[in-house]
Amino acid sequence: MSSGSPLCPECEGEVDIPSDAMENELVSCPECGTELEIMNLDPMELELAPEVEEDWGE
Amino acid sequence: MRVALLVTHIRAEEKLILAAFNKREISPDIILDRELNIEITQGAGQLAPSGIAWREYDLIFERCVSTSRGMYALAILNSWGVQTFNTYETAAACSDKLRTSVALMKHNIPQPHTRVAFTPESAMQAIEDVKYPAVLKPVTGSWGRLLARVHNRDSAEAILEHRQTLGDYNHHTYYVQEYVDKPGRDIRAFVVGDRTIAAIYRESNHWITNTARGGLATNCLVTDALDDICVRAAQAVGGGILAVDLLEDAGGDFVVNEINHTMEFRNSSKPTGVDIAQEVIDFVIGQIGVVA
Repeated sequence: MSSGSPLCPECEGEVDIPSDAMENELVSCPECGTELEIMNLDPMELELAPEVEEDWGE
Repeated sequence: MRVALLVTHIRAEEKLILAAFNKREISPDIILDRELNIEITQGAGQLAPSGIAWREYDLIFERCVSTSRGMYALAILNSWGVQTFNTYETAAACSDKLRTSVALMKHNIPQPHTRVAFTPESAMQAIEDVKYPAVLKPVTGSWGRLLARVHNRDSAEAILEHRQTLGDYNHHTYYVQEYVDKPGRDIRAFVVGDRTIAAIYRESNHWITNTARGGLATNCLVTDALDDICVRAAQAVGGGILAVDLLEDAGGDFVVNEINHTMEFRNSSKPTGVDIAQEVIDFVIGQIGVVA
């Protein structure tokens, strides 16, 4: 990995982070599709997003 | 003016909402529901996780994806006199399909024929009363989860046994509706205050048309008739910022299927040409007396 993109904690694929990214924003790993949460911007820190719970929705 | 966005995490909608606030030179604090630890009797003078006392906020905009966290937070904040969107009253009515049905009934808003039962035996009778195919839904939940279209007694028995055996008590409230033979689509209308600002058709080959389940969004013209039923439905559950889901029955008349109080709209601004986030935020700002 040379681009500086953070790695997916699930598959170690490179994750594209939008330029206007925010802490606690959800992003998807383009390689494995896992949903991730940005826990910290500097240094960039990604964690697996919480599993969807039964009361989640609109 | 001080505003906070109460969230579970930041999704596309929250970014659009923040951008809309920023356009009006307001920078909301972000409060994560996972960080809440509230002493209920201490009142709004205690500090929010942002380090600011709750009472210092002119508005808390609740956008939690977790229905229970959002709803209970609203219950506390409203009881302290903190202004929120939506209110606890509205959230409570929308987060439970049975309570929504009761509110619609009280205000004479058309809805699918709905029955409620509390045991597998009485639920079977309810299903046969509405006739096959019937639709069985959990009273809480979203994104089309655990909906069942029941075509005959065999499937009804199996689904009821599964619900009774595998589900918690929430699944033992059997909410049964007639199946509305809609024209391959339903309608989602966005109501802000007393206006329907936009609507989409959600088209799908599947009987469940939620965009979260792959339904395709296209523009739906907001006619006077659509606006009228949507605004009345929104007011029936307490009003605010709401997404009203409707079905068109065989006669082309609208029936209200459900109402969502923390609506998702990321796929709806493009087909409708309406900046939904900005409409919402300008309404919200107007409600707290600040001229945008």
